[in-house]
Amino acid sequence: MSVEQVIDALRGRFADLDFSPQPLLVRPDGTATEQMWVRVPPERLVEVMTFLKENEETLFDQLVDVTAIDYLNFPGAEDRYGVIYSLLSLVHGHRLWVKCFVNDPDPEVPSVTGVWVGANWLEREVYDMFGIRFQGHPDLRRILTWEGFPAWPLRKDYPLRGQGEREQYEVVTRESA
Amino acid sequence: MMANEKYTYAPHTMSKDDFVTTRLDTLVNFFRKYGVNWCRKYSLWPLPFATACCGIEVMAVGASRYDIARFGAEAMRFSPRQADLLIVAGRVGIKMMPVLQRIYKQMTEPKWVISMGACASTGGVFDTYAVVQGVDQFMPVDVYVPGCPPRPETLIEGVMAIQRIVERDGIVSSTERGKGFRVVGEPTYTLTVPSRQEKVDEPVGVGK
Repeated sequence: MSVEQVIDALRGRFADLDFSPQPLLVRPDGTATEQMWVRVPPERLVEVMTFLKENEETLFDQLVDVTAIDYLNFPGAEDRYGVIYSLLSLVHGHRLWVKCFVNDPDPEVPSVTGVWVGANWLEREVYDMFGIRFQGHPDLRRILTWEGFPAWPLRKDYPLRGQGEREQYEVVTRESA
Repeated sequence: MMANEKYTYAPHTMSKDDFVTTRLDTLVNFFRKYGVNWCRKYSLWPLPFATACCGIEVMAVGASRYDIARFGAEAMRFSPRQADLLIVAGRVGIKMMPVLQRIYKQMTEPKWVISMGACASTGGVFDTYAVVQGVDQFMPVDVYVPGCPPRPETLIEGVMAIQRIVERDGIVSSTERGKGFRVVGEPTYTLTVPSRQEKVDEPVGVGK
């Protein structure tokens, strides 16, 4: 089962959506990888993901990763954030990447924890780093930074050295210890 | 002194039947000569707070090749209640800093702190929002050990610097010792490396 057949199955089921499949990488000499990504609008995400997981021809039973990209100042980008789902079918051995584009001021995509349970912590990490909320997530808390951290550190407009978070601290001296 | 029959071929090997006698005035003379601090400095109990590659070097220091037992500090204690030397080895994230501070507070007096490596001392290459830029900003440090990571010999120099502090001041509490010594562990010896000047005349890495 090749990626083209997967995309054909998607088009057959969702005729109203424009998936516009593109290769993950185009090399300088014009050749491209066989790995493709498709675009899915956020409001149809859970529907498409459920189809991709349960359809006999696609059968993406493993969600490899959920991550995101901040396209701030990216040349040619139309949207601010892209949430990326890496899918793998252990049965057929094919892969697909699904991108879901959202924008400020309230970036929000539906959670796919109802489809793959393993999406729980992956979505929490994306929420922690980018501030993209996942609608319907059972436990949407920060996972890497600490409680009360005020920023979204992997956004492009966040300074690398932080906004003073690492300096604001209780100082333990020899007298107070 | 009755030696076991098994050990008669090696008269200096101690068996469970052997014992050593000395005289009390000899011990008293020893303490008069070297002081009690001599004993104290050779019984440091470190707590290895190892969070990164410096921790590997701490393990090497504890293992047989470098053997921190030669300095009496081989009793690694992972409970702060039982340790008196905190070795902060590795980068400390901001999320980790309250843990480290609590460990320092839980240690009983007298206590000393070694900040080992570039990350613990300055943040090192991790100049990001999530890494503390030197643990001495938030807790007292006695000795800084440079390196990335420091070689085991360098950490041993740091332990010896702590020993010099103990020998000088005894086990007064860290409050009485004041605002830290800010000692940087540096070698007390010099290595003589043979000159390689004649070998670098040719450009390195260029084939003929």
